[in-house]
Amino acid sequence: MKILVAVKRVIDYNVQIRVKEDGSGVVTDNVKMSTNPPDDNAIEEAVKIKEAGKATEIVAITVGAEKAQETVRKALAVGADKGIHVKTEGVLEPLAVSKIINKIVEKEKPDLVFMGKQAIDDDCNQTGQMLSALLNWPQATFASNIEVKEKSLEVTREIDEGLETVEINIPAIVTCDLRLNEPRYASLPNIMKAKKKPIEEINVSDLGIDITPRVQQLKVEEPPKRKAGIKVANVAELVQKLKNEAKVL
Amino acid sequence: MSVLLIAEHNNKDLRPFTLNAATAASQIDADVHAVIIGQNSETAAKKLSELPVIKKVISIEAPHYENFTAENFAPAIVKLAENYSHIICSANTFGKNLMPRVAAHLDTSQVSDIIKVISPDTFLRPIYAGNAFATVKTNDTKKCITIRPTSFEPCESSGGTATIEKGQAGEEFSNTKFIKREEVKSDRPELGTARIVVSGGRGMQSGDNFKLITEVADKLGAAIGASRAAVDAGYISNDHQVGQTGKVVVPDLYIAIGISGAIQHLAGMKESKVIVAINKDGEAPIFSVADYGLEADLFEALPQFMEELNKLNTIQK
Repeated sequence: MKILVAVKRVIDYNVQIRVKEDGSGVVTDNVKMSTNPPDDNAIEEAVKIKEAGKATEIVAITVGAEKAQETVRKALAVGADKGIHVKTEGVLEPLAVSKIINKIVEKEKPDLVFMGKQAIDDDCNQTGQMLSALLNWPQATFASNIEVKEKSLEVTREIDEGLETVEINIPAIVTCDLRLNEPRYASLPNIMKAKKKPIEEINVSDLGIDITPRVQQLKVEEPPKRKAGIKVANVAELVQKLKNEAKVL
Repeated sequence: MSVLLIAEHNNKDLRPFTLNAATAASQIDADVHAVIIGQNSETAAKKLSELPVIKKVISIEAPHYENFTAENFAPAIVKLAENYSHIICSANTFGKNLMPRVAAHLDTSQVSDIIKVISPDTFLRPIYAGNAFATVKTNDTKKCITIRPTSFEPCESSGGTATIEKGQAGEEFSNTKFIKREEVKSDRPELGTARIVVSGGRGMQSGDNFKLITEVADKLGAAIGASRAAVDAGYISNDHQVGQTGKVVVPDLYIAIGISGAIQHLAGMKESKVIVAINKDGEAPIFSVADYGLEADLFEALPQFMEELNKLNTIQK
Protein backbone atom coordinates (compact mmCIF):
# COMPACT_ATOMS: atom_id res chain seq x y z
CA MET A 1 0.00 0.00 0.00
CA LYS A 2 1.23 3.43 -0.93
CA ILE A 3 0.42 6.60 1.03
CA LEU A 4 0.69 10.11 -0.36
CA VAL A 5 0.95 12.78 2.34
CA ALA A 6 0.46 16.45 1.56
CA VAL A 7 2.35 19.01 3.64
CA LYS A 8 2.21 22.81 3.63
CA ARG A 9 4.73 25.39 4.76
CA VAL A 10 3.15 28.01 7.03
CA ILE A 11 4.18 30.62 9.56
CA ASP A 12 5.17 28.74 12.71
CA TYR A 13 2.26 28.25 15.10
CA ASN A 14 4.08 30.05 17.90
CA VAL A 15 4.67 33.25 15.95
CA GLN A 16 2.44 36.22 16.69
CA ILE A 17 1.72 37.35 13.13
CA ARG A 18 1.85 41.00 12.04
CA VAL A 19 -0.38 42.61 9.44
CA LYS A 20 1.43 44.63 6.76
CA GLU A 21 0.84 48.35 7.01
CA ASP A 22 -0.43 48.59 3.44
CA GLY A 23 -3.12 46.00 4.15
CA SER A 24 -1.82 43.64 1.48
CA GLY A 25 -1.28 40.65 3.75
CA VAL A 26 0.75 39.54 6.73
CA VAL A 27 4.50 39.90 7.19
CA THR A 28 6.33 36.71 6.15
CA ASP A 29 9.86 38.06 5.65
CA ASN A 30 12.24 36.91 8.38
CA VAL A 31 9.45 35.05 10.14
CA LYS A 32 9.94 31.49 11.37
CA MET A 33 8.20 29.01 9.07
CA SER A 34 7.32 25.36 9.76
CA THR A 35 5.19 22.52 8.55
CA ASN A 36 1.49 23.08 9.16
CA PRO A 37 0.98 21.28 12.53
CA PRO A 38 -1.72 18.73 11.58
CA ASP A 39 0.32 17.86 8.46
CA ASP A 40 2.96 16.59 10.88
CA ASN A 41 0.30 14.29 12.30
CA ALA A 42 -0.50 13.10 8.78
CA ILE A 43 3.13 12.18 8.15
CA GLU A 44 3.45 10.54 11.54
CA GLU A 45 0.38 8.38 10.93
CA ALA A 46 1.66 7.26 7.55
CA VAL A 47 5.01 6.34 9.10
CA LYS A 48 3.31 4.39 11.89
CA ILE A 49 1.25 2.45 9.34
CA LYS A 50 4.40 1.64 7.39
CA GLU A 51 6.22 0.59 10.56
CA ALA A 52 3.31 -1.74 11.32
CA GLY A 53 3.98 -3.41 7.99
CA LYS A 54 0.74 -2.21 6.42
CA ALA A 55 2.23 0.25 3.95
CA THR A 56 5.19 -0.09 1.67
CA GLU A 57 5.88 3.44 0.48
CA ILE A 58 5.26 6.98 1.69
CA VAL A 59 5.45 9.88 -0.72
CA ALA A 60 5.41 13.43 0.71
CA ILE A 61 4.18 16.20 -1.53
CA THR A 62 4.14 19.96 -1.18
CA VAL A 63 2.94 22.69 -3.48
CA GLY A 64 4.50 26.12 -3.34
CA ALA A 65 7.53 28.31 -3.81
CA GLU A 66 11.18 27.20 -3.55
CA LYS A 67 11.34 27.10 0.23
CA ALA A 68 8.23 24.95 0.56
CA GLN A 69 10.60 22.07 -0.15
CA GLU A 70 11.84 22.31 3.47
CA THR A 71 8.58 20.67 4.58
CA VAL A 72 9.12 17.74 2.23
CA ARG A 73 12.69 17.39 3.48
CA LYS A 74 11.39 17.27 7.03
CA ALA A 75 8.83 14.61 6.05
CA LEU A 76 11.66 12.56 4.52
CA ALA A 77 13.59 12.89 7.78
CA VAL A 78 10.75 11.37 9.81
CA GLY A 79 10.15 8.48 7.46
CA ALA A 80 8.78 9.39 4.04
CA ASP A 81 10.57 7.55 1.22
CA LYS A 82 10.30 10.04 -1.58
CA GLY A 83 9.33 13.66 -2.07
CA ILE A 84 7.48 15.67 -4.69
CA HIS A 85 7.63 19.42 -4.93
CA VAL A 86 5.19 21.08 -7.29
CA LYS A 87 6.63 24.51 -7.86
CA THR A 88 4.29 27.48 -7.95
CA GLU A 89 4.52 31.21 -7.37
CA GLY A 90 1.88 33.51 -5.97
CA VAL A 91 -1.44 32.88 -4.31
CA LEU A 92 -2.75 29.31 -4.23
CA GLU A 93 -6.30 28.48 -3.30
CA PRO A 94 -7.36 25.12 -1.85
CA LEU A 95 -9.25 24.35 -5.07
CA ALA A 96 -6.04 24.82 -7.07
CA VAL A 97 -4.04 22.70 -4.62
CA SER A 98 -6.61 19.92 -4.79
CA LYS A 99 -6.45 19.99 -8.59
CA ILE A 100 -2.66 19.78 -8.47
CA ILE A 101 -2.69 16.87 -6.03
CA ASN A 102 -5.36 15.20 -8.15
CA LYS A 103 -2.89 15.22 -11.07
CA ILE A 104 -0.18 13.78 -8.90
CA VAL A 105 -2.53 11.05 -7.67
CA GLU A 106 -3.16 10.05 -11.30
CA LYS A 107 0.57 9.63 -11.74
CA GLU A 108 1.61 8.15 -8.39
CA LYS A 109 -1.49 5.99 -7.85
CA PRO A 110 -1.45 6.02 -4.05
CA ASP A 111 -3.98 3.98 -2.10
CA LEU A 112 -4.39 6.63 0.55
CA VAL A 113 -3.89 10.39 0.71
CA PHE A 114 -3.35 11.95 4.13
CA MET A 115 -3.10 15.63 5.04
CA GLY A 116 -3.85 17.97 7.95
CA LYS A 117 -7.47 18.93 8.41
CA GLN A 118 -6.77 22.64 8.16
CA ALA A 119 -3.86 24.96 7.43
CA ILE A 120 -3.27 27.38 10.26
CA ASP A 121 -2.57 30.32 7.95
CA ASP A 122 -5.66 30.68 5.76
CA ASP A 123 -7.81 28.47 8.09
CA CYS A 124 -9.79 27.27 5.06
CA ASN A 125 -10.28 23.57 5.89
CA GLN A 126 -11.07 22.60 2.28
CA THR A 127 -8.27 20.83 0.39
CA GLY A 128 -8.83 17.23 1.51
CA GLN A 129 -12.58 17.35 0.95
CA MET A 130 -12.10 18.98 -2.47
CA LEU A 131 -9.57 16.36 -3.50
CA SER A 132 -11.97 13.58 -2.46
CA ALA A 133 -14.66 15.17 -4.61
CA LEU A 134 -12.37 15.40 -7.63
CA LEU A 135 -11.30 11.78 -7.23
CA ASN A 136 -14.75 10.62 -6.14
CA TRP A 137 -13.06 8.87 -3.22
CA PRO A 138 -14.43 8.54 0.30
CA GLN A 139 -13.29 11.15 2.81
CA ALA A 140 -12.71 10.83 6.54
CA THR A 141 -12.14 14.31 7.87
CA PHE A 142 -10.88 15.44 11.31
CA ALA A 143 -9.50 11.98 12.09
CA SER A 144 -8.39 11.26 15.65
CA ASN A 145 -7.94 7.51 15.21
CA ILE A 146 -7.28 5.28 12.21
CA GLU A 147 -7.47 1.52 12.08
CA VAL A 148 -6.16 -0.08 8.92
CA LYS A 149 -8.17 -3.07 7.77
CA GLU A 150 -7.82 -5.34 4.79
CA LYS A 151 -9.38 -3.09 2.15
CA SER A 152 -10.67 -0.25 4.24
CA LEU A 153 -9.94 2.12 7.10
CA GLU A 154 -12.01 2.54 10.20
CA VAL A 155 -11.66 6.17 11.18
CA THR A 156 -12.82 8.02 14.28
CA ARG A 157 -13.72 11.60 13.43
CA GLU A 158 -13.95 14.48 15.86
CA ILE A 159 -17.26 16.24 15.33
CA ASP A 160 -18.99 19.03 17.26
CA GLU A 161 -21.24 16.61 19.11
CA GLY A 162 -18.49 14.17 20.07
CA LEU A 163 -17.05 11.34 17.99
CA GLU A 164 -18.15 9.60 14.82
CA THR A 165 -16.78 6.39 13.34
CA VAL A 166 -16.87 5.65 9.62
CA GLU A 167 -15.48 2.87 7.50
CA ILE A 168 -14.05 4.02 4.19
CA ASN A 169 -12.95 1.76 1.38
CA ILE A 170 -9.47 2.19 -0.03
CA PRO A 171 -8.56 4.30 -2.02
CA ALA A 172 -9.50 7.11 0.34
CA ILE A 173 -8.61 10.52 1.76
CA VAL A 174 -8.05 11.21 5.44
CA THR A 175 -7.63 14.67 6.95
CA CYS A 176 -5.91 14.52 10.29
CA ASP A 177 -6.65 16.14 13.61
CA LEU A 178 -3.91 17.14 16.04
CA ARG A 179 -5.04 14.41 18.41
CA LEU A 180 -4.39 11.60 15.93
CA ASN A 181 -0.90 10.96 17.28
CA GLU A 182 2.22 12.55 18.73
CA PRO A 183 4.53 13.52 15.85
CA ARG A 184 8.10 12.39 16.40
CA TYR A 185 11.17 14.53 16.05
CA ALA A 186 13.62 13.73 13.31
CA SER A 187 16.88 12.36 14.68
CA LEU A 188 20.14 13.84 13.41
CA PRO A 189 21.17 10.68 11.52
CA ASN A 190 17.75 10.59 9.85
CA ILE A 191 18.03 14.26 8.89
CA MET A 192 21.38 13.43 7.25
CA LYS A 193 19.90 10.40 5.50
CA ALA A 194 16.93 12.45 4.30
CA LYS A 195 19.30 14.67 2.36
CA LYS A 196 19.99 11.74 0.07
CA LYS A 197 16.36 10.83 -0.52
CA PRO A 198 14.95 11.92 -3.88
CA ILE A 199 12.68 14.94 -4.31
CA GLU A 200 11.04 15.18 -7.71
CA GLU A 201 10.50 18.77 -8.83
CA ILE A 202 7.55 19.50 -11.08
CA ASN A 203 6.65 22.87 -12.55
CA VAL A 204 2.96 23.52 -12.12
CA SER A 205 2.79 24.79 -15.71
CA ASP A 206 3.58 21.24 -16.88
CA LEU A 207 0.45 19.86 -15.24
CA GLY A 208 -1.90 21.67 -17.60
CA ILE A 209 -4.35 22.98 -15.03
CA ASP A 210 -5.70 26.44 -14.42
CA ILE A 211 -4.76 27.66 -10.94
CA THR A 212 -5.73 31.31 -11.38
CA PRO A 213 -7.17 32.54 -8.08
CA ARG A 214 -10.95 33.03 -8.08
CA VAL A 215 -11.05 34.93 -4.82
CA GLN A 216 -9.42 38.32 -4.56
CA GLN A 217 -8.04 39.39 -1.22
CA LEU A 218 -8.97 43.07 -1.13
CA LYS A 219 -7.57 43.94 2.25
CA VAL A 220 -6.01 42.41 5.35
CA GLU A 221 -6.36 44.28 8.60
CA GLU A 222 -5.82 43.80 12.30
CA PRO A 223 -8.86 42.70 14.24
CA PRO A 224 -10.34 45.25 16.63
CA LYS A 225 -8.29 45.35 19.83
CA ARG A 226 -9.85 44.53 23.15
CA LYS A 227 -9.52 47.33 25.62
CA ALA A 228 -7.12 46.64 28.43
CA GLY A 229 -8.56 44.87 31.44
CA ILE A 230 -7.66 45.07 35.09
CA LYS A 231 -6.25 42.72 37.67
CA VAL A 232 -8.35 42.15 40.73
CA ALA A 233 -6.85 41.50 44.15
CA ASN A 234 -9.03 38.62 45.26
CA VAL A 235 -12.05 36.46 44.52
CA ALA A 236 -14.45 38.71 46.45
CA GLU A 237 -13.47 41.70 44.35
CA LEU A 238 -13.81 39.63 41.17
CA VAL A 239 -17.35 38.57 41.99
CA GLN A 240 -18.33 42.12 42.97
CA LYS A 241 -16.96 43.47 39.67
CA LEU A 242 -18.74 40.81 37.66
CA LYS A 243 -21.99 41.56 39.42
CA ASN A 244 -21.92 45.34 39.71
CA GLU A 245 -19.62 46.57 36.95
CA ALA A 246 -19.87 44.00 34.14
CA LYS A 247 -23.36 42.96 35.25
CA VAL A 248 -22.93 39.42 33.97
CA LEU A 249 -23.85 37.57 37.17
CA MET B 1 -30.35 35.29 -7.88
CA SER B 2 -31.35 33.20 -4.88
CA VAL B 3 -29.50 31.66 -2.01
CA LEU B 4 -29.59 28.00 -1.04
CA LEU B 5 -29.13 27.29 2.65
CA ILE B 6 -28.11 23.78 3.68
CA ALA B 7 -29.97 22.99 6.90
CA GLU B 8 -28.19 21.14 9.66
CA HIS B 9 -30.44 18.92 11.72
CA ASN B 10 -30.68 15.58 13.49
CA ASN B 11 -33.73 14.32 11.51
CA LYS B 12 -35.96 15.60 14.32
CA ASP B 13 -34.86 19.11 15.20
CA LEU B 14 -32.90 21.77 13.41
CA ARG B 15 -29.44 22.20 14.85
CA PRO B 16 -29.44 25.69 16.42
CA PHE B 17 -26.79 27.15 14.11
CA THR B 18 -29.07 26.63 11.10
CA LEU B 19 -30.83 29.76 12.36
CA ASN B 20 -27.57 31.74 12.35
CA ALA B 21 -26.76 30.53 8.85
CA ALA B 22 -30.26 31.54 7.74
CA THR B 23 -29.57 35.07 8.96
CA ALA B 24 -26.31 35.20 7.00
CA ALA B 25 -28.08 33.85 3.91
CA SER B 26 -30.78 36.51 4.18
CA GLN B 27 -28.11 39.22 4.32
CA ILE B 28 -26.84 38.08 0.92
CA ASP B 29 -30.24 38.02 -0.75
CA ALA B 30 -33.84 38.08 0.44
CA ASP B 31 -34.75 35.07 -1.69
CA VAL B 32 -33.51 32.28 0.58
CA HIS B 33 -34.43 28.66 -0.07
CA ALA B 34 -33.35 25.89 2.26
CA VAL B 35 -32.58 22.28 1.54
CA ILE B 36 -32.97 19.65 4.21
CA ILE B 37 -31.54 16.24 3.48
CA GLY B 38 -32.22 13.35 5.82
CA GLN B 39 -34.35 10.36 6.63
CA ASN B 40 -37.71 10.74 8.36
CA SER B 41 -36.91 14.40 8.82
CA GLU B 42 -40.43 15.79 8.30
CA THR B 43 -40.58 17.50 11.70
CA ALA B 44 -37.27 19.24 11.11
CA ALA B 45 -38.44 20.24 7.61
CA LYS B 46 -41.60 21.68 9.12
CA LYS B 47 -39.55 23.74 11.60
CA LEU B 48 -37.38 24.95 8.76
CA SER B 49 -40.47 26.12 6.87
CA GLU B 50 -41.45 28.19 9.90
CA LEU B 51 -38.33 30.36 9.77
CA PRO B 52 -39.67 33.63 8.34
CA VAL B 53 -36.51 34.29 6.30
CA ILE B 54 -36.96 31.05 4.32
CA LYS B 55 -39.10 31.36 1.19
CA LYS B 56 -39.08 27.71 0.15
CA VAL B 57 -37.96 24.41 1.66
CA ILE B 58 -36.72 21.52 -0.42
CA SER B 59 -36.85 18.24 1.46
CA ILE B 60 -34.86 15.28 0.21
CA GLU B 61 -35.27 11.96 1.94
CA ALA B 62 -33.61 8.59 1.57
CA PRO B 63 -32.28 5.94 3.96
CA HIS B 64 -28.69 6.72 3.01
CA TYR B 65 -29.14 10.31 4.22
CA GLU B 66 -29.80 9.23 7.79
CA ASN B 67 -26.27 9.89 9.00
CA PHE B 68 -25.42 13.06 7.08
CA THR B 69 -22.49 11.59 5.15
CA ALA B 70 -20.93 14.29 2.93
CA GLU B 71 -20.29 11.81 0.11
CA ASN B 72 -24.06 11.20 -0.10
CA PHE B 73 -25.14 14.80 0.46
CA ALA B 74 -22.83 16.53 -2.03
CA PRO B 75 -24.32 15.18 -5.31
CA ALA B 76 -27.87 16.02 -4.15
CA ILE B 77 -26.82 19.61 -3.43
CA VAL B 78 -24.85 19.91 -6.65
CA LYS B 79 -27.96 18.90 -8.58
CA LEU B 80 -29.95 21.70 -6.94
CA ALA B 81 -27.18 24.24 -7.31
CA GLU B 82 -27.92 25.27 -10.86
CA ASN B 83 -30.83 27.40 -9.68
CA TYR B 84 -28.82 29.32 -7.13
CA SER B 85 -26.08 31.94 -6.99
CA HIS B 86 -24.97 31.13 -3.44
CA ILE B 87 -24.84 28.00 -1.32
CA ILE B 88 -24.57 28.63 2.40
CA CYS B 89 -23.85 26.47 5.43
CA SER B 90 -22.46 26.87 8.95
CA ALA B 91 -18.72 26.45 9.39
CA ASN B 92 -19.07 23.79 12.04
CA THR B 93 -17.89 20.22 11.55
CA PHE B 94 -20.99 19.40 9.45
CA GLY B 95 -20.48 22.28 7.02
CA LYS B 96 -16.69 22.06 7.03
CA ASN B 97 -16.92 18.43 6.01
CA LEU B 98 -19.59 18.95 3.36
CA MET B 99 -19.19 22.30 1.63
CA PRO B 100 -15.73 21.84 0.03
CA ARG B 101 -16.98 18.60 -1.54
CA VAL B 102 -19.87 20.57 -3.07
CA ALA B 103 -17.59 23.44 -4.12
CA ALA B 104 -15.10 21.17 -5.90
CA HIS B 105 -17.91 19.47 -7.83
CA LEU B 106 -19.07 22.93 -8.93
CA ASP B 107 -15.51 24.05 -9.68
CA THR B 108 -15.91 26.91 -7.23
CA SER B 109 -13.36 28.34 -4.82
CA GLN B 110 -15.09 28.22 -1.45
CA VAL B 111 -15.01 31.12 0.99
CA SER B 112 -14.78 29.61 4.49
CA ASP B 113 -15.93 30.85 7.85
CA ILE B 114 -17.11 34.37 7.02
CA ILE B 115 -17.93 36.70 9.90
CA LYS B 116 -19.60 39.46 7.88
CA VAL B 117 -21.44 39.90 4.59
CA ILE B 118 -20.14 43.09 2.98
CA SER B 119 -21.93 42.59 -0.33
CA PRO B 120 -23.20 39.53 -2.20
CA ASP B 121 -19.68 38.80 -3.44
CA THR B 122 -17.52 40.35 -0.73
CA PHE B 123 -17.03 38.97 2.75
CA LEU B 124 -14.95 39.43 5.88
CA ARG B 125 -13.23 36.36 7.28
CA PRO B 126 -10.64 35.73 9.98
CA ILE B 127 -7.30 34.23 9.01
CA TYR B 128 -4.31 33.21 11.14
CA ALA B 129 -6.49 32.11 14.07
CA GLY B 130 -8.32 35.43 14.02
CA ASN B 131 -5.16 37.49 14.32
CA ALA B 132 -5.99 39.14 10.99
CA PHE B 133 -9.22 39.84 9.15
CA ALA B 134 -9.27 39.49 5.37
CA THR B 135 -11.79 41.16 3.09
CA VAL B 136 -12.26 38.84 0.13
CA LYS B 137 -14.21 39.14 -3.09
CA THR B 138 -15.13 36.01 -4.98
CA ASN B 139 -15.32 36.11 -8.76
CA ASP B 140 -16.90 32.68 -9.13
CA THR B 141 -20.42 32.74 -10.56
CA LYS B 142 -21.53 30.17 -8.02
CA LYS B 143 -20.46 31.04 -4.54
CA CYS B 144 -19.99 28.43 -1.84
CA ILE B 145 -19.81 30.14 1.54
CA THR B 146 -19.54 28.78 5.09
CA ILE B 147 -20.40 31.18 7.87
CA ARG B 148 -19.10 31.45 11.42
CA PRO B 149 -22.34 30.90 13.34
CA THR B 150 -21.42 32.96 16.38
CA SER B 151 -20.90 36.02 14.18
CA PHE B 152 -24.54 36.07 13.06
CA GLU B 153 -27.64 36.31 15.25
CA PRO B 154 -30.10 33.42 14.99
CA CYS B 155 -33.13 34.30 12.87
CA GLU B 156 -36.72 34.26 14.16
CA SER B 157 -37.86 30.67 14.51
CA SER B 158 -41.59 31.00 14.03
CA GLY B 159 -44.19 32.74 11.93
CA GLY B 160 -42.94 31.62 8.53
CA THR B 161 -45.03 29.55 6.16
CA ALA B 162 -42.65 28.46 3.41
CA THR B 163 -43.82 25.74 1.07
CA ILE B 164 -42.13 22.35 1.43
CA GLU B 165 -41.25 20.77 -1.87
CA LYS B 166 -39.93 17.24 -2.29
CA GLY B 167 -36.54 16.99 -3.94
CA GLN B 168 -35.05 14.04 -5.72
CA ALA B 169 -32.66 11.80 -3.85
CA GLY B 170 -29.35 10.88 -5.43
CA GLU B 171 -27.59 7.55 -5.48
CA GLU B 172 -25.87 6.11 -2.46
CA PHE B 173 -22.09 6.46 -2.23
CA SER B 174 -21.15 2.92 -1.37
CA ASN B 175 -17.49 3.38 -0.38
CA THR B 176 -18.24 5.19 2.87
CA LYS B 177 -20.08 3.41 5.65
CA PHE B 178 -21.32 5.10 8.78
CA ILE B 179 -20.55 2.98 11.84
CA LYS B 180 -21.53 4.99 14.91
CA ARG B 181 -21.77 8.37 16.55
CA GLU B 182 -20.92 8.89 20.19
CA GLU B 183 -22.61 12.06 21.32
CA VAL B 184 -21.84 13.37 24.74
CA LYS B 185 -25.20 14.01 26.37
CA SER B 186 -25.43 16.75 28.91
CA ASP B 187 -28.10 18.80 30.62
CA ARG B 188 -25.89 21.84 30.48
CA PRO B 189 -26.26 24.54 27.82
CA GLU B 190 -24.52 23.86 24.53
CA LEU B 191 -21.01 25.24 24.38
CA GLY B 192 -21.60 27.09 21.12
CA THR B 193 -24.64 29.01 22.33
CA ALA B 194 -24.22 29.26 26.13
CA ARG B 195 -24.46 32.67 27.81
CA ILE B 196 -21.66 31.73 30.22
CA VAL B 197 -18.73 29.40 29.54
CA VAL B 198 -16.37 28.14 32.24
CA SER B 199 -13.21 26.65 30.75
CA GLY B 200 -10.33 24.72 32.22
CA GLY B 201 -6.81 24.22 30.94
CA ARG B 202 -3.70 22.27 31.71
CA GLY B 203 -3.58 24.01 35.09
CA MET B 204 -6.44 21.77 36.21
CA GLN B 205 -3.82 18.99 36.44
CA SER B 206 -6.29 16.11 36.17
CA GLY B 207 -9.67 15.07 34.86
CA ASP B 208 -10.80 14.66 38.45
CA ASN B 209 -10.08 18.27 39.23
CA PHE B 210 -12.46 19.30 36.45
CA LYS B 211 -15.22 18.71 39.00
CA LEU B 212 -14.24 22.11 40.42
CA ILE B 213 -15.13 23.57 37.00
CA THR B 214 -18.33 21.51 36.84
CA GLU B 215 -19.47 22.89 40.19
CA VAL B 216 -19.00 26.48 39.08
CA ALA B 217 -20.65 25.77 35.72
CA ASP B 218 -23.65 24.16 37.42
CA LYS B 219 -23.96 27.09 39.77
CA LEU B 220 -23.91 29.57 36.88
CA GLY B 221 -25.90 27.50 34.39
CA ALA B 222 -22.83 27.60 32.19
CA ALA B 223 -21.35 25.38 29.51
CA ILE B 224 -17.97 23.77 30.09
CA GLY B 225 -15.06 24.53 27.80
CA ALA B 226 -11.44 23.42 27.70
CA SER B 227 -8.15 24.28 26.11
CA ARG B 228 -6.58 21.85 23.66
CA ALA B 229 -3.95 21.01 26.26
CA ALA B 230 -6.65 19.81 28.65
CA VAL B 231 -8.32 17.69 25.97
CA ASP B 232 -4.99 16.28 24.78
CA ALA B 233 -4.15 15.34 28.36
CA GLY B 234 -7.42 13.41 28.54
CA TYR B 235 -8.97 15.57 31.29
CA ILE B 236 -12.13 16.07 29.21
CA SER B 237 -13.63 15.01 25.86
CA ASN B 238 -12.94 16.72 22.53
CA ASP B 239 -16.40 18.26 22.14
CA HIS B 240 -15.43 20.76 24.86
CA GLN B 241 -12.42 22.17 23.04
CA VAL B 242 -12.42 25.91 22.39
CA GLY B 243 -9.96 27.35 19.90
CA GLN B 244 -8.70 27.60 16.35
CA THR B 245 -9.36 23.94 15.61
CA GLY B 246 -12.13 23.49 18.17
CA LYS B 247 -15.21 25.59 18.74
CA VAL B 248 -15.51 29.34 18.57
CA VAL B 249 -17.58 30.73 21.43
CA VAL B 250 -18.87 34.24 22.04
CA PRO B 251 -20.62 34.12 25.43
CA ASP B 252 -21.50 37.11 27.62
CA LEU B 253 -19.03 35.76 30.16
CA TYR B 254 -16.03 33.50 29.55
CA ILE B 255 -14.12 32.30 32.60
CA ALA B 256 -10.70 30.83 31.76
CA ILE B 257 -9.26 28.80 34.60
CA GLY B 258 -5.71 27.49 34.51
CA ILE B 259 -5.47 28.36 30.82
CA SER B 260 -2.28 30.11 29.75
CA GLY B 261 -3.82 31.53 26.58
CA ALA B 262 -2.01 30.16 23.52
CA ILE B 263 -2.81 31.99 20.26
CA GLN B 264 -4.84 28.94 19.20
CA HIS B 265 -7.04 29.10 22.30
CA LEU B 266 -7.55 32.87 22.12
CA ALA B 267 -8.81 32.37 18.55
CA GLY B 268 -11.83 30.56 19.96
CA MET B 269 -12.88 32.90 22.75
CA LYS B 270 -11.46 36.40 22.47
CA GLU B 271 -14.66 37.85 21.03
CA SER B 272 -16.50 36.97 24.28
CA LYS B 273 -18.13 40.02 25.85
CA VAL B 274 -16.50 39.72 29.27
CA ILE B 275 -13.44 37.58 29.88
CA VAL B 276 -12.20 36.48 33.29
CA ALA B 277 -8.85 34.76 33.72
CA ILE B 278 -7.72 32.93 36.82
CA ASN B 279 -4.12 31.82 36.60
CA LYS B 280 -1.20 31.68 39.00
CA ASP B 281 1.25 32.86 36.36
CA GLY B 282 0.84 36.62 36.22
CA GLU B 283 2.65 36.74 32.89
CA ALA B 284 0.29 34.28 31.17
CA PRO B 285 -0.93 35.64 27.79
CA ILE B 286 -4.55 35.00 28.78
CA PHE B 287 -4.35 38.15 30.93
CA SER B 288 -3.79 40.26 27.80
CA VAL B 289 -7.37 39.59 26.67
CA ALA B 290 -9.00 39.37 30.12
CA ASP B 291 -11.26 42.15 31.36
CA TYR B 292 -10.75 40.85 34.88
CA GLY B 293 -7.63 38.94 35.76
CA LEU B 294 -7.02 37.18 39.04
CA GLU B 295 -3.51 36.02 39.70
CA ALA B 296 -4.09 33.12 42.07
CA ASP B 297 -3.79 29.40 42.61
CA LEU B 298 -6.97 28.02 41.08
CA PHE B 299 -7.25 25.33 43.74
CA GLU B 300 -7.64 28.09 46.34
CA ALA B 301 -9.57 30.50 44.13
CA LEU B 302 -12.26 28.14 42.85
CA PRO B 303 -13.64 27.10 46.26
CA GLN B 304 -13.66 30.79 47.26
CA PHE B 305 -15.38 31.63 44.00
CA MET B 306 -18.11 29.06 44.78
CA GLU B 307 -18.49 30.54 48.23
CA GLU B 308 -18.88 34.07 46.86
CA LEU B 309 -21.33 32.88 44.25
CA ASN B 310 -23.37 31.17 46.94
CA LYS B 311 -23.52 34.48 48.79
CA LEU B 312 -25.15 36.11 45.78
CA ASN B 313 -28.78 35.19 45.77
CA THR B 314 -29.63 36.73 42.45
CA ILE B 315 -27.92 34.25 40.20
CA GLN B 316 -30.11 33.18 37.36
CA LYS B 317 -30.01 29.65 36.25
